[in-house]
Amino acid sequence: MIGSLDLTVLQQIWWLLVSVVGALFLFLTFVQGGQSLLWQVAKNDTEKALVINSLGRKWELTFTTLVLFGGALFAAFPKFYATSFGGAYWVWILILFTFIVQAVSYEYRKKPGNFFGAKTYEVFLLINGSVGILLIGAAVGTFFTGSNFILNDYNQVTWTSPLRGLEAAFSVFNLSLGLFLVFNARVLGAMYLINNIDFIGMPEFERRMRRACFINLLCALPFLLYVLVSLLIMKGYGVDENGVISLVAYKYLQNLLAMPYTLGLLLAGLVLVVWGVVLTGLKTGTRGIWFGGLGTVFVGLAVFFLAGYGNTAFYPSKVDLQSSLTIYNASSTHYTLTAMTYVAMVIPFVLAYIAYVWKLMDSKKLDINDISDEKAY
Amino acid sequence: MTAIDLTMVKWAQAQFALTAMYHWLFVPLTLGLSFIVAFMETIYVRTGDERWRAITKFWMTLFGINFAIGIATGIILEFEFGTNWSKYSWMVGDIFGAPLAIEGIVAFFLEATFFAVMFFGWDRVSKGFHLFSTWMVAVGSNLSALWILVANSWMQYPVGMNFNPDSARFEMQNFWEILSSPVVIAKFTHTTVSSFIVASLFVITVASWYLLKGRHVEMAKKSVIIASVFGLLSTGMTALTGDQSAVVNAETQPMKLASYEGLYKGTTNAGIVAIGLLNHDKEPGDNSDPFRFEIKIPGLLSLLAKHDTNAFIPGIEDLLWGNEEQNIMGVDAKMKRGQQAITDLAGYKEAVKNGSSDEAELYLTRFEVNQDYLGYGYLTKPEDVVPPVETTFYSFHIMVILAGFFLLVFLAFLYYSMKDNLEQKKLVLRAGLVSFFLAMIASQAGWIVAEVGRQPWIIQDMMPIHVGASNISAGSVQTTFFMFAITFTLLLLAEITIMVKQIKKGPRGE
Repeated sequence: MIGSLDLTVLQQIWWLLVSVVGALFLFLTFVQGGQSLLWQVAKNDTEKALVINSLGRKWELTFTTLVLFGGALFAAFPKFYATSFGGAYWVWILILFTFIVQAVSYEYRKKPGNFFGAKTYEVFLLINGSVGILLIGAAVGTFFTGSNFILNDYNQVTWTSPLRGLEAAFSVFNLSLGLFLVFNARVLGAMYLINNIDFIGMPEFERRMRRACFINLLCALPFLLYVLVSLLIMKGYGVDENGVISLVAYKYLQNLLAMPYTLGLLLAGLVLVVWGVVLTGLKTGTRGIWFGGLGTVFVGLAVFFLAGYGNTAFYPSKVDLQSSLTIYNASSTHYTLTAMTYVAMVIPFVLAYIAYVWKLMDSKKLDINDISDEKAY
Repeated sequence: MTAIDLTMVKWAQAQFALTAMYHWLFVPLTLGLSFIVAFMETIYVRTGDERWRAITKFWMTLFGINFAIGIATGIILEFEFGTNWSKYSWMVGDIFGAPLAIEGIVAFFLEATFFAVMFFGWDRVSKGFHLFSTWMVAVGSNLSALWILVANSWMQYPVGMNFNPDSARFEMQNFWEILSSPVVIAKFTHTTVSSFIVASLFVITVASWYLLKGRHVEMAKKSVIIASVFGLLSTGMTALTGDQSAVVNAETQPMKLASYEGLYKGTTNAGIVAIGLLNHDKEPGDNSDPFRFEIKIPGLLSLLAKHDTNAFIPGIEDLLWGNEEQNIMGVDAKMKRGQQAITDLAGYKEAVKNGSSDEAELYLTRFEVNQDYLGYGYLTKPEDVVPPVETTFYSFHIMVILAGFFLLVFLAFLYYSMKDNLEQKKLVLRAGLVSFFLAMIASQAGWIVAEVGRQPWIIQDMMPIHVGASNISAGSVQTTFFMFAITFTLLLLAEITIMVKQIKKGPRGE
């Protein structure tokens, strides 16, 4: 059944799947957002414990989604995996490093004998929530601004910038996208915590949280605006029917117009995020995270679609246009994509049990009793 | 091809060894303890005995401490193939990426989702669902082992693929062949059941400490029963799957087998060296005795590896120089054919570029004759195919001897548990006290045999290590090597001190 699909269709399906995983990851960065909010919203040990324990029940989902994002790209677009990880070495290493230190922080922060003290683990969480997300944003930014690599006849990468990927963080566009993601994660973090924690008896804590949600949206807006305007007016990396890459004026604007559903996702996503903030930051609702989360997924999808679909090079090379990667020249073979598509059929099942467990576990809000439990973080 | 910086390759190898070995300090415990905790909780749910709930929660706490650092050390491995081995990743991404992605989809999410229920769901979900979640963490952990071992096994025995000269890549031809190769089956079973031994011995070590101190005696004794039964069964299975691994090695990686057996000259009725001291100065072909001292069991190697005492087991020298009688081609000849394959591949690509299809066809036909020897073309001398014999030999023997010791430990613990006088057997308890640390050594040694024993190949016979490395400076890899070495060491210290404090604290509710 799937085996009879054209290679191009499979390549598009896999870009869709990678985009879904990437977009879900952006939603799940509410964990990182919550981490970077910790010191701002939680003023005493109880409040801190509530935030950490609330995020601590979800952090592995975000982490796992990031790992799957890497794995899916490896399986479906190995040329990207090899080119980007082997080329933009330092940006990826630093991102990974922030996730390594995150992974132990929840479990070890409050445990006796933790060697470094609780504060160190909180700093780890802050680094992951800020630098980690900023660099991920910068790396995704290179999907539009391009990178510095040349591929030889054997598709082996030579990176032409001595900064090995860190140069991505010195582009205003990439940096803006990174900062937008950092602030958006904080908006989502506040929404999630409002939804997840029982604030009875802690009105001041709740007020700070709701305020943080609103303020961080305000902080995110200028960066979002810069990214959006730039996208509309910047040149993009188009690919013609012969696979030749060239710089095309207003490429992403053209993509938006040629793929109206992408424009729809982008606009609907932004409206949903704003509505989530209105519910959480300006009103007293607790369900803002669902709007903010869905909105973020929509915006994420729009970003990935813009980069990969519409005859666009999703991982362009600034220094050698013809080395640029498209979903067509960077993919696995028909056989592998077919096998992987069969495997991907379990994804709805995975999403279903995650949603079920989430609902089951969060039907009762997190309260003081939970953080005094022996298992608490 | 771009020039290869061999210093970088060495550091990238060192980094992979470092990160994989650190990761492997924690994984066996996760694989086995997840089941042990599930057994304990099952008893609690079936009996309703609150003491079993306390026992379950105690071991679960230790499981969680170990799990966190397992994740921290694991993420880098997923991406290290790209950062340090990008040429490899591109050339085999079609095949190698798939199990990694599947691991994420089918295993990691099971672990991540149900881990939260297992730890925080005691009062939020029903008893039955909680138990189900605990089992799902065990299943998820072991499933993730399956998929990463599918990937590893393919490097050891590349099946289900074809080399595409146009893209110069290995491409997947048969997913099932990759999934069900004999190496996968042997490796997955041997790795998981031997990890169950490690986890069982962890329980026994901690329980022995309690019993020697006279603390939490009832909890310790109950835990010992679970651990010694599970450990005993796992030891039996480890022996069986270990034999299976040797059979598979004889078939697919004879050089590895010869190396960990210290067998230089092939023979029929080949024996196994039970204990031996290698001659450090031994070089292939120098006619000196490979051993300074040895105790050999005649015929056993032929029997175990080929299930026939009369079977010929090739030695390092047969595989290196060839053995016409046994129809084994020497590495020299393989290298010539491999070099010809590389030349013809380059010629083919050049001809395609110039649009001369006849010439391309000619090169392709010539390439196909020699393509199975492609990897040999990148070697500089025949001796490159011999892995470090001493490291492999000693690691293998340490592993096997320790496995024998573990069998005795499990038997003794079970026996005295049945007689209900375990706490009086101080010598047995002292043996139990050190057994987990020995199990870690045995487990690491097993991986050293598997990985050092297949040098110099990143893909057996197809690609030597240096061909797969990234085009990055040695300095960068060196820097990240130390970055990970320092970070992981500090995290390990934190993990150990936390673990010790928790063990000293003991279970609550007793």
